[in-house]
Parts: sequence; C-alpha cells; structure tokens
Amino acid sequence: MDMLYLLLRQTMYFSIPLLIVALGGMFSERSGVTNIALEGIMVMGGFTGIYFINQMQSQMSGQWLLVLAIFIAMAGGLLLSLPHAYASVNLKADQVISGTALNMFAPAFVIYIARMIQPSGIANVSFKNTFFIHEVPVLCDIPVIGDILFKNTYITTFLGFFILIVSAIVLYKTRFGMRLRACGEHPHAADSVGINVYKMRYIGVMISGVLAGLGGLVLTVPISTEFKGAVNGYGFLALAVLIFGQWKPMRILWASLFFGFMQTISAAYSAIPFLLNLNIPSEFFKMTPYIATLIVLAFSSKSSKAPKAVGQPYDQGAR
Amino acid sequence: MDYIIEMLNIRKEFPGIVANDDITLRIKKTEIHALLGENGAGKSTLMSILFGLYKPEAGVIKLRGKEINISDPKTASHLGIGMVHQHFKLVEDFTVLENIILGAETVKNGFLKMDEAKKKVMELSNRYKLYIDPDAKVSNITVGMQQRVEILKMLYRENEILIFDEPTAVLTPQEIDELMDIMKELSKEGKSLIFITHKLEEIKKVADRVTVLRRGKCIGTYNVEDVTKESLSEMMVGRKVQFTVDKKDITPGETIFEVKNLSMKTKGSTKNTLNKISFKVRKNEIVCIAGIDGNGQSELVYALTGIRHFDEGQILVHGEDWTKKSIRYRNSHGMSHIPEDRHKYGLILEYSMAYNLILQTYFTDRFQKRGFLKNDSIHEYADGLIKKYDIRSGQGAQTVTRSMSGGNQQKVILAREIDKDPSIMIAVQPARGLDVGATEFIHKKLVEQRESGKAVLLISLELEEIMNLSDRILVIYEGELVGDLDPKKTTIQELGLYMAGAKRDEVKA
Repeated sequence: MDMLYLLLRQTMYFSIPLLIVALGGMFSERSGVTNIALEGIMVMGGFTGIYFINQMQSQMSGQWLLVLAIFIAMAGGLLLSLPHAYASVNLKADQVISGTALNMFAPAFVIYIARMIQPSGIANVSFKNTFFIHEVPVLCDIPVIGDILFKNTYITTFLGFFILIVSAIVLYKTRFGMRLRACGEHPHAADSVGINVYKMRYIGVMISGVLAGLGGLVLTVPISTEFKGAVNGYGFLALAVLIFGQWKPMRILWASLFFGFMQTISAAYSAIPFLLNLNIPSEFFKMTPYIATLIVLAFSSKSSKAPKAVGQPYDQGAR
Repeated sequence: MDYIIEMLNIRKEFPGIVANDDITLRIKKTEIHALLGENGAGKSTLMSILFGLYKPEAGVIKLRGKEINISDPKTASHLGIGMVHQHFKLVEDFTVLENIILGAETVKNGFLKMDEAKKKVMELSNRYKLYIDPDAKVSNITVGMQQRVEILKMLYRENEILIFDEPTAVLTPQEIDELMDIMKELSKEGKSLIFITHKLEEIKKVADRVTVLRRGKCIGTYNVEDVTKESLSEMMVGRKVQFTVDKKDITPGETIFEVKNLSMKTKGSTKNTLNKISFKVRKNEIVCIAGIDGNGQSELVYALTGIRHFDEGQILVHGEDWTKKSIRYRNSHGMSHIPEDRHKYGLILEYSMAYNLILQTYFTDRFQKRGFLKNDSIHEYADGLIKKYDIRSGQGAQTVTRSMSGGNQQKVILAREIDKDPSIMIAVQPARGLDVGATEFIHKKLVEQRESGKAVLLISLELEEIMNLSDRILVIYEGELVGDLDPKKTTIQELGLYMAGAKRDEVKA
C-alpha cells in the first residue's frame, strides 16, 4: 500500500506542472492562438523563479520564499509570452514559427545569462529545497486522500488544483470566458458583436505565459536541486495533454494524471519490485511516457475538437 | 413623413474604382426598403458604411434628423442599427442562447446570468414568432433557424434599423416564405428594415419602397407598387433584360449520352441513394433534371462525372462504355462539367485565372514541355478566352481567382468547359448565386451549345430556369426519376406535384 501511495505522490509531482501548463495552453488556444512556445516559456519561468530562490535563500526560506518565487516565475513567463502575442496578433505571423523561435531562444538565453551572472560561471542554478511539507495537519488524517495529497507534498500541488477550478469557472461561467471561446471559434462573429478580438487573444496568450512560467518552477522544485536550463520536453508533453484533454479543463486534469503516471513509471520503476524483476532494459521504461504520448495522440487526435480558428491570424478585413 | 435614417450624397472610393458615387438613401420609419442592384453595384459598400465598417469620403448620415458619426460596428449597434450578414456570424460550438447574448451579456460581477437572458430571449422569440431552441448547438440546427437566431441577436440588442444582406440566398422556398412573413411582422412591430437583394419577386412580395443602384450610382427610389419587375430589372442592369431565352426549334438528333440503370447504394440503409436511373440526352437537346434539393441530384452528377463510384449501371457516350473511365479521360474526351459548388470542384481559388483555365489541359504539349509549364502559351490562351467571354477582373489573366466576383468566376469555368468543345455538357445550377445579367449570359451560352449540336444536361432547382431552357424535363424524387415531361405541355404547378412526390410515371430511357 505504501508503495502505491509513493507512486501516486510521485505522480503528483509530474502531473501538477503538466496540468498548470496545459491549462495555460488552453487559454491561449481557446482564444485562437496556437502556443507551442510553452516549452520555452517554462524554461524562462523555471530559470527566473529558481534564480530568485538561489539569490534569496540566504535571507529567507520556507513557504514564503516559494510564494515569492512563484510570482517571479509567472512574471518571467509572462515576459516571454509577449513577443509571441505580438507576433501572432499584431504581425499576424505564422504562430508555429513564432513559437518555435521562442523555444530555441529561451534555453540558449537562460544558459547564457546564468553563465554571465553567476560568479562561478556555470550554467546550472542550484537551490536548497526548503519547501517540502511533510504532513499537512488534520487533512493528512483523511484516509486515502490524506496519504496521496497531504503527505510529503508542496503547496504547488494545491495551487495546481486551485488553478484548475478557477480555470473551469472562468472559461464556462464568466463573460470573459465566453468571449474568449468565441474568439477561438469564430473571431469574425465575435468582432461583429463588438468584442475586441485582438485584446482577447493578447489576454489568452498572456495567461498562458503566466501559467507556463509557473509550470517551469513547479516542475523543477520537487524533483531536482538545480535548474539546468531545460525542462526536458515537458512543454510539448503539456501540449499533448491539452490535445488529449480536448481543450476542456476537467479532461485536461485526467490527461495530465495519465501522463504524470507514465512519467512516474519511467522515473521510479526501479523502486517497484514487480517492474524491476521483469529485467527489461531501463531504456524501455524511459521511453514509456513518449510512446504513450504517441499512441494516445494517434488515437485521440482523430476525434480532436480543437477550437476552429486556432492558429489562424485574425484579419478584420478578410470577411 | 419623417425619415428614421438618411444617407445623403455618400461617396466612397476604392483604389481604381468609385464604389458609391453620390448615393442618397432615405429610410422611413417602419417601412421595408429594398436595396436593389447587381453584384458590384455598391450595395454592400453602402451598408458597410452604415454599419461603421468603412468611412465615406463625402456625405452625411442622419439618424432621426440628427447628423451622426458611425465609426465602428459597436457604435452602429448602440445607435440601434443591426445587420444579418449574408454569411451568418454564428459560433457553431455555442448554443443558440449563447450566440444571441454574446457581446451583450447579462452579468453580475463578471459571472454570466444565463437564466435571465434566456427569459428575455424567449419573450422576444414568442413576440415575433421566431421559433428557436435556445439550448441547441448552432451546428445542429437548420439554416432557417440560424437566420432566426441572427434576427433575434438584433432584437435582443433592441436595434430599430435592421439590415438584411441577401437573406434568401441560402434558404429553401418554404423558408423564404417564412422569412417574408417575419419581415412583415417586424415592420408591423415598429422596426425599419433594409432588404438587400437582387431577386425581383421578393421585392414585389415584401418591400414598400425600393432604391436601385447600378455601378456605384443611385438610379432612383420608387414605390414598389408603381414599378414592374421588367422596369426594375432594366434599371438594375441598364438595358432590357430578356427573362426568356430565344430558342430555335430544332429536332434532336442521335443519342450522344446514355445512362442505363444507374444505382448507388447508401451506406447503412437499404434504400438506394440513386435507384435504376436511365435516360438519354440527344444532339441539339437540353435535358433538365428537376427536383427539390437533396433528392440525389448531387450524387447523380458525381456518378456521371466520375467523382464517385456507383454500384450498378452503365454510362455510354456515343455508344462507348464510359462506366469505368477515369476523370481525366472523361474531361479530355468530350465531357464538360459546370459543378454545383464552383469553389469546391470548379476552381482552385488561390491560383491565377490563367492556371484555372488550363486545369484540365496543362499536361498537353500545348502548355508544357518535359514537365515545365509554357507560361507564354498559357497566357496567350487565357487572354483569348478572357476577351471572348468578357471575363472582368483586376489584373487580367494574373488575377487570383479568389478575388473575383462570383459571376466572373463562373465565366472562367464556362469558358474552360465550352472551349473544350464537348459532346456532352453537364451543368449543375449554373446560375446559382449570380445576378440577372450574369444569369442571362450563362443561359445564352447553354442554348448556344444546344444549337451547335451538343447534348446538354442541366440540373437545376430553379423552376423558371427549367421551364425556360429545357427541351425535356426529367423529375428526380428520392433518387428515382419519376417524370418525363415536355415543358411546352406542362405547368409549374404540375412540375411541383412531381417534385414533391405526389405524382409519378414510369420513366424509361
């Protein structure tokens, strides 16, 4: 039983960043802008957040430092999303190209900066993990759920679920959400009833920047002690989650849990006696998340319900 | 009588063309005012100005006698001006209700209050007899209901001046009648309507007054009672228009095109989409297949032209079995096809006009050498056809086809198909969406084909077109031919009975 809880908690470490980043991507794509720059934005957010911790950890520690780092990471992500919004909305550029450019730019940029500003001249930014929560009082005594969610955890896990709930409400229950969805489905219709499509798309991309930046930090904190200028394809995995989740918040949750679990198997298989005893070379376990992505997307993309106008620059003149 | 809206001496220029030249349009309160003109006459430009999409170079717009400045559609909406666009602006993935309130939502602290909105929408729906299902997704409702949703969108915003941009183009005859009733109801309830159209019968049926535009100029405003259909069309086109085409009496010659027992099965149904269709088309003959849309016409054309395979039957041209011939063989051995959907099957819209003209002949030695296109010959050929068929465009043969008007696009197809010198011409709704002038041109060309010894198969939904052009009428109903009629001996009423399936004969080739 403990083994299962260990696995599920580990799954949370992988799933929560996927969930947050995929929700970010959802806001961007629901507004009509493809955002494959999620990977690059995560790198940026991870770097700014971790570097902030690196600099401040001599003066403070614990949850407040993490909370501040969260805001810094969000700001970093937001900053990098702006060029994408500008290229996609104002310049009407091909959104895939602009996203690719940012994905190439971000890792190079953060490594360059890290080497420049760190006295040691190395690219990796290290940090002390003082954010671990061993047990949440009271809540950890709830059977099953307490063991999965409220032991050996981070505040970011709760933040992830909070963002999920807020996202679902914003998307379906508010005026803003309805207008955002209209812009991704039929921008001309939105425009004809007086909605500023450019503004909505800017906001959509900016939300994705904030959440993907946060995701970069949330991914790094539980599983590492340094930031190496990369997020190992998690941004693209989040895109897969978004597609598998059909651009809907609750389905994105299930998709991220699924992919997180696959990731856990690949990372922690050696701790599972059953899997270890199979004597399969470790490379196969490392492959599982990516193979699962391929298979799942191959089957689910056929019934894909992407926002209709996603990826198309909006031009008021073309009617 | 005071006017609710006045557009005085409006002038709007686009590079190289004056779209609106000193146009004055005055709308009385609660009237239905028709705006009549051919494609490109400046109707849309004028309405775009009223809706705030374009700024005029000169002229004044007055609302209830006061001069106003309409800078964008939002302002127009605030001033009470609403528009049903020709291509509906509805979000397919949204419900009917969501579409109606989008942009004018009732909210509390940013949260939607759908129940309140629904109540208001249903009140309007009942009051104006605009039946809708508020919770259905737009992608699942009929075109007619989509239009009612568009109308309700305007009413929900309490618009007083309602612009209908060619609202009947996408509707079935029954839906058109319904729309006419709705329009009358709206004017009774105090709304003022502007009705953009080029269909004269509709103006006679529903409008109070009509303003005619021609090539950017205002020809005049008239009471509909005082003008005839003929005089209206003359004003619109600028010359006398023949509603009937002159046809010489010719006895049809030998059989050119023959279809024997053609059947096409439907997936997952025992009833065939097409069932044992047999007919002949002879030299010097226009045979017309009449029927209500969706009774198998499209599938029949796909089968005849090779776009879709069929299960049983035979197609013969000059006695040669064409059943299994490829599309290219059919195209290059005497079959011409004017498709129903010119954007889907007739043209590659992103290509230049010249390339569209050689779509079926680019591989011949005339236009290519060892795989390289001979652009000089292509352009020379294209320029010849442009002249011969009077195809108008911005940049001649280089014009990107998408940027051309519907009538001229259709002329490109017509030029290509006729220039092949076919033995059998299959024309599917050739005048669909075209104005009077272009329709007349196309009908004339089809009759010319008949007179020069071709066999013409016309598939049409327009009863007038059918009665005017055909030498023989075959009626299709639920995938079967149910009538073989002589247009000289039958009436539109009788034809209607066959089309509705109320009457049927045994049809043999």
